[in-house]
Amino acid sequence: MISNKETISVLAKEGKRLDGRGLLDYRQPIQLETGISWTAEGSAKVQIGETVVMAGVKLSLEKPYNDTPDQGGIMINAELLPLSSPEYESGPPGIKAIELARVTDRGIREAKAIDMKKLCVTPGEKAWFVIIDIVTINDAGNLFDAASLAALTALKAAKFPEVDPETGAINYKKKTDQGLPLLKEPLAVTVYKINGQLLVDPTTQEEHAYDARLTVASDDKGTISAMQKGGEMPLTIEEVGKMVDIALDKAKFLRTEVEKVVN
Amino acid sequence: MAYTERIDGRKFDELRPMEAKAGVIPNADGSALVKAGKTTAYAAVYGPRELFPRFKQNPKTGIVRCHYGMMPFSGSGERIRPGNSRRSQEIAMVMEKSLNAMIDLSAFPNAVVDIYVDLPQTDAGTRCAAISAASIALADAGIPMKDMISSVAVGEVDGTVVADLSYDEEAYDAIVSDIPVAMTHNTKEITLLQMDGEISKENLMKALEMAKVGTETVYELQMKALKDKFSRSD
Repeated sequence: MISNKETISVLAKEGKRLDGRGLLDYRQPIQLETGISWTAEGSAKVQIGETVVMAGVKLSLEKPYNDTPDQGGIMINAELLPLSSPEYESGPPGIKAIELARVTDRGIREAKAIDMKKLCVTPGEKAWFVIIDIVTINDAGNLFDAASLAALTALKAAKFPEVDPETGAINYKKKTDQGLPLLKEPLAVTVYKINGQLLVDPTTQEEHAYDARLTVASDDKGTISAMQKGGEMPLTIEEVGKMVDIALDKAKFLRTEVEKVVN
Repeated sequence: MAYTERIDGRKFDELRPMEAKAGVIPNADGSALVKAGKTTAYAAVYGPRELFPRFKQNPKTGIVRCHYGMMPFSGSGERIRPGNSRRSQEIAMVMEKSLNAMIDLSAFPNAVVDIYVDLPQTDAGTRCAAISAASIALADAGIPMKDMISSVAVGEVDGTVVADLSYDEEAYDAIVSDIPVAMTHNTKEITLLQMDGEISKENLMKALEMAKVGTETVYELQMKALKDKFSRSD
């Protein structure tokens, strides 16, 4: 790829971007779709511009952890498929995939988005565990926001499978109409700093040119549940304040997109 | 008990509703989406590009590498652990052999063409959907090919020869055989042939004739997908 680092940086200073967008504009189209995988208990496909990400929720019954015998569990995993970008290679998840999964996980886990106690079937013995897998189909930038959107949409769309009352076995082919016990709906927005300016929804080229970034996960009341600073350069307290303001504002906008496809 | 009516009401030689689209992954040099019933396969082609590690390079010709993966939520049962399984490695290998014969990379010594197929949902026939999608993606990427490869499974369910078995048919409580086949379009040669179950030679030959017709239907869809992409006004 031709490096436009210099150009992106110079343009940012003037409040401009290579693709002509405003600094705080998301790419279009933003498209969300649920039910893209009949084999998942809940699934979603998210498109932001040319970036396409999928998320699938699988549920299973496991023994609860010893320190939380009356609760279920949640796990989020991300796969940066080599299918989705020439930059990715086959093999175990690299640090980029690990960070993406962990930041998305914290946003949902720390908001206590899922009522873990309601996932418990028999204390100390059996509880529902929720696994969300995020996979990239085309990485054209801003995976943090796309992954968070896909994860939340898939969670909202998920339905419990039937359980045989006799054997306790899960019949994955039959879904009930009961959804997950969601208490909050956190969404992550990542704000990037390039040459002193703040912007959202970077393209791949802009991701190669940023100085710092801050991902902020927040619920519909504006409560922050997770943050992650990235990039090589520092941020001032004042900048963090501005970035959080932008993130809270943009989360509202993204929330309306989620609500278009699931209640 | 004979299999006189298919579970989903199809005719014996009728394929599941199928959809094909080219150019669905902008980052890739070529790409495709194939849906066959409730099985969905995405394919992306990257290359010809430089091959590392270098000792794998062939100074006489470019090589093809296939990768096949079911997404963790794409199985009809429990979650599938991400990463390579023995099954996925074998499928990647037979895909490679099935496509390789029709690809000419002699103009790209030391290079590699990577073909990645990933499936978000599956209901039998995944390797066939994978090969059909890969073939569209290769053509979309402009890789020199001698012929198009189209793939479909045929088989026998309780004495009846059928095309494009669904999972319910593969799991039917009787003698069942499942035969994934890939064929070239012009010469009608077989480039993928596997089988499990039980079948007589007579029915095998019948099934292969059915595969010839079935792959022709797949071929038409593949070509339509490519034409649709390249006739777009943009």
